[in-house]
Amino acid sequence: MSLRNVGIVYRKELTEALRDRRTLISTIIVPLFLFPVLSVGFGALAVSLVGKAKEEVPKVMLRGGNDSPAVVEGLKKLDKIQIVPDTADWKDQIINKEIRAAVEIPAGFQSDVAEQKSDTVKVYNYEGEMKSEFATEKVETYMKEYRDRVVRDRLTAKNLPETVLKPFEVTRENVAPPEKVSGAAFGGIIGYMVILLCMTGAMYPAMDLTAGEKERGTMETILSSPISRMHLVLGKFFLILTAALSTAALSVLSMGLSFNVLGHYTGQAGKGGSEAASLVLKLGPKTVLSVFLMALPVAVLFSAVLMTIALFAKTYKEAQSYLTPMTFVVIIPAIAAMLPGVELTPKLSLIPILNVSLLCKELVAGTYHWNYIAIIFASTSVYAAAALFIAIKMFQRESVLFRS
Amino acid sequence: MIEARGLSKRFQDKKRGEIRAVDNVSFTCQPGKIYGLLGANGAGKTTTLRMLATILEPTDGTATICGHDVVEQPEKVRANVGFLSTATALYRRLTAQEFVEYFGRLNGLDEATLKKRVDDIFNRLDMNGFRDRRCDKLSTGMMQKTSIARTLVHDPPVMIFDEPTNGLDIMTARTITSFIRECRNNAKTVIFSTHIMSEVEKLCDTIGIIQSGKLLAEGTLAQLRDQHHEQDLEEIFVKVVTPHYTAAEAN
Repeated sequence: MSLRNVGIVYRKELTEALRDRRTLISTIIVPLFLFPVLSVGFGALAVSLVGKAKEEVPKVMLRGGNDSPAVVEGLKKLDKIQIVPDTADWKDQIINKEIRAAVEIPAGFQSDVAEQKSDTVKVYNYEGEMKSEFATEKVETYMKEYRDRVVRDRLTAKNLPETVLKPFEVTRENVAPPEKVSGAAFGGIIGYMVILLCMTGAMYPAMDLTAGEKERGTMETILSSPISRMHLVLGKFFLILTAALSTAALSVLSMGLSFNVLGHYTGQAGKGGSEAASLVLKLGPKTVLSVFLMALPVAVLFSAVLMTIALFAKTYKEAQSYLTPMTFVVIIPAIAAMLPGVELTPKLSLIPILNVSLLCKELVAGTYHWNYIAIIFASTSVYAAAALFIAIKMFQRESVLFRS
Repeated sequence: MIEARGLSKRFQDKKRGEIRAVDNVSFTCQPGKIYGLLGANGAGKTTTLRMLATILEPTDGTATICGHDVVEQPEKVRANVGFLSTATALYRRLTAQEFVEYFGRLNGLDEATLKKRVDDIFNRLDMNGFRDRRCDKLSTGMMQKTSIARTLVHDPPVMIFDEPTNGLDIMTARTITSFIRECRNNAKTVIFSTHIMSEVEKLCDTIGIIQSGKLLAEGTLAQLRDQHHEQDLEEIFVKVVTPHYTAAEAN
């Protein structure tokens, strides 16, 4: 027997898949539009929201300070914040976001400063709320500058140089190349997305070609034809693999394009904070290709495992309830790889999904650990082969094919 | 030619333990004859025919089809069999022609032979009107014709029909019964299962009555009438089956 029969089954399954709206959506539309929507959409939204938040002139309530006109004048002169007079319900106003912060100048502040007594200026805010943080920051910056001025004046008064308080500076400087910086930040996400999309791409055809076939009553039809069950399962497997890979390929492609567009957009807007996005642009074709190559055995593994599980189900719905939890089985190791501090070790390189996810992080950062690449490719291939072997065995079991 | 020898199939059921779906069944079907397997629901008809079509493997015993053993050479057996049941559905997203061609290719036909065969069958069954229509857009009658075309595409010498008229309206059912007759006239070996007495009376050369997985009586209609001193097939059937039809099985 030759591969001819596998090819016949594959071609027929491909024809059917291309005529099925659900398959087209899950393998082509979703990966193609997910990244643009996620990255450009959210990116643009975040940039514009942050911009708007920065443009807003936050209201800050001034409490006390009647006997400290200098600091009050200074605060009132600050552009980009609006000082409002004290009211009793200031706490509620902050919580209800009517004002963004409140600054409390203690009684006798100005004279205390003059007499060199220590005081505390309190800034009340809504922690974690972005606009409140901005307002707080502005008030704090002003108060710190004010303090520095006082210190400088005191030093000058005593004829001491500023270095008395600052004997030396501490600075930091990045020496890692920019693509490695962005790799450390974004590599995990890219591997994770490719792995997850490989899975979503394989999921629908895996159900359609097994449980779907049982449900529609064509299983008996195909089993009565002379094709061997191994050729049949291989033909189906290759179609599921094609779907997984095209989903992954399209997602990588659309990811590259979206980051380009995003980089361009944020570049033009000239806003800070988008440096990371433009750094991702340094993803070369070599990186993209190597991420894709590592996704290959993962796609084989997913296709075989999902097909085997879905084969047990009698109906499409039943298959869905078996396969949906599988998403979590995949997401957990993929997310684990994104946790800070989790790095490739010989042991971790044997854990399926997690290993590829970790490796993708390194690949995106431009680091090629060839021994790890070899171990991970080999181990994933072994898992994939085992899964495919089980799938073929399951297809020969009457209790699975004709489960009642 | 079909020869079944001691064909048996046992299933394990969690609640009821071992079930003998088919128990030591032997019979022979000759070319140019129709063998009718008559039995109630759950009597073992479908399991028997599925074993002949190598969709299921016998637990004990075996059968040969055109000299090929169902256990040893299942792929050769399937190449010699056309299998049709109400459960053998169509691929809905393929057109009628694509569907028939798919099975022609799986039967190893080369493209030239396939084209000739498909054209011939589509003409003969008057299917050219819906050749390029997708199977999910066909009427029941058209679907049955497409299924028939599938079983004929590799021109098999043996035809197996498992309750082929079940759930069909009269006109569609007639398409099937006349097709079964045509198979006999073309010297094919035909076996078919049913629980409809009139179909058996009209079509079958040999009748086998099956209950609880056992073949209880076998013969031509005339022989059965003689043996059981009854004219009506239904009376004969009830006479044969009643001693084996326990209350438990009725459930």
